[in-house]
Amino acid sequence: MKELVIISGKGGTGKTSIISAFAAMAENKVLCDADVDAADLHLIMAPAILEHHDFTGGNKAVINKDRCTECGLCRELCRWDAISEDFVVDTISCEGCGVCWYFCPEKAIDFPEKTCGEWYISDTRFGPMVHARLGIAEENSGKLVTLARQEAKKLAEARGLNLILTDGPPGVGCPVIASMGGATAVLIVAEPTVSGRHDMERVAQLAAHFRVPALLSINKFDLNPDEAQTIEDVATAHNIRVLNRVPFDPAFTRAMVQGKTIVEFDGNSEGNKAVRKMWDQVRDFLEGHST
Amino acid sequence: MIISVASGKGGTGKTTVSTNLALSLDGKVQLLDCDVEEPNAHLFIHPTIDAVETVTTPVPVIDEKKCTLCGKCAEICQFKAIIVIGKTVLPFHELCHSCGGCLEVCPEDAIAEVGRELGIIETGHKNGLSFAHGKLRVGEAMSPPLISKVRSLTKTDGLTIIDAPPGTSCPVIEAMKETDFILLVTEPTPFGLHDLKLAVGAVRVLGIPCGLVINRSDLGDDNVKKYAEREKIPILMEIPFDRKIAEAYSRGTAIVEAMPEWKQRFVNLYEEMKNIVNNAGGKTS
Repeated sequence: MKELVIISGKGGTGKTSIISAFAAMAENKVLCDADVDAADLHLIMAPAILEHHDFTGGNKAVINKDRCTECGLCRELCRWDAISEDFVVDTISCEGCGVCWYFCPEKAIDFPEKTCGEWYISDTRFGPMVHARLGIAEENSGKLVTLARQEAKKLAEARGLNLILTDGPPGVGCPVIASMGGATAVLIVAEPTVSGRHDMERVAQLAAHFRVPALLSINKFDLNPDEAQTIEDVATAHNIRVLNRVPFDPAFTRAMVQGKTIVEFDGNSEGNKAVRKMWDQVRDFLEGHST
Repeated sequence: MIISVASGKGGTGKTTVSTNLALSLDGKVQLLDCDVEEPNAHLFIHPTIDAVETVTTPVPVIDEKKCTLCGKCAEICQFKAIIVIGKTVLPFHELCHSCGGCLEVCPEDAIAEVGRELGIIETGHKNGLSFAHGKLRVGEAMSPPLISKVRSLTKTDGLTIIDAPPGTSCPVIEAMKETDFILLVTEPTPFGLHDLKLAVGAVRVLGIPCGLVINRSDLGDDNVKKYAEREKIPILMEIPFDRKIAEAYSRGTAIVEAMPEWKQRFVNLYEEMKNIVNNAGGKTS
């Protein structure tokens, strides 16, 4: 089983457009959207949902006013200032640590498990897909990312498929860490800007930290070819395999507006030609690597 | 007044808007880059850094001489960050949320706290502008406590502009809560619209007035505009796709520096936000 995870550090560099194109070209695979915080892959894949599951991640404290004597111990112990002067828990600030619930002398605090998202198994025109949606203002995105990837793997095993294409989240924090552990490789999509370079270096360090092999492609390279070259040099110095560049091509946006991959939208576009070449390189790399 | 600049989708132009706004205004202005996973504002502000502070979060250490292996610490921990194996108690510092429960519950007083490094905060200035950003340590998962620490630098007078991280989960809420206005930046594409709706959902949970900047406003379709009209979200600025802007951005040059004629538009943007906050009865001083 191989898994390729697309990440970028910086958001909006073209992760989802590129993995959508891979989805149209790859065979025998499962798609996985691990950007649970702002998932977009389904907008191109138009999945028909087959299975729908709740995601429970952690608990939240609730004070029962009938039993509460307002002794104030919970407010004293809470390190998140989540309990107001009139003893109401602010669910946004509550970390779910349960300290107030554990110590309340009146047993006036409940600590119910919380549904904080959903995950789905779907069919798409490019094969099966696992995707998820974290509730707004919810926590535990890392747990949901891990769950989505586990389910994608189970699904691939059950259907005899040998590749998982995972759309990862931006950043370098909790959900990104959860998205890359145990992957065959990560593909970093960077844009040729000073921000793009800064963020690529951080996410490259993260991949090295977790010992996941990394590949790099510069998207919209022609907006600043010098910067593109600099980023590729930095990547090479970090032992990152540099793949084919992708030009700025408005066909990506036009394809997105129609809910299509660039492969379907315009096979002759420069963007499609570049992504196709990149996919051949990715496929060869994955064949030579195992997790 | 505190304005946070946010977006559901990454890469829509939050940093472009927050840095250009900060560079266009006179008077007491402070820019706090709370996108601590990937802070970029400094690349456009080019601030002089005056101080660097390491930020830590408390995590438990066990005094084995005092510990009786009663297991109460493992029982209270909701994050599986402390377990008893055989004759040792093992804390997993990277999983710890620093709630202090184990410390509180230990009957032998065998637990003390040390700091786990979350990252650093750099503070500085550029001319009259105050600047600070957090930088999450690579490998560290938890950004909200570092964001909260950056926000604690908010000055009580003047204007504070917060550059928020992308998404809609806990780090974003940490950056947007208890602000006077949320400026949402989006692009007019299906991805931009979809993630904007999520961001608006988060803004509504917080109950803070918001407005919209549409970036690369001529690439895509008009569904973002229709949505904004339906939801009565004012569109405060449109920035067309302009290769000159994109190229200046790629080099780390602010729009208002490459094209000074934009400065007045950012001043106007600020005035419009101020009016909305005034009319909503909020604080604008």
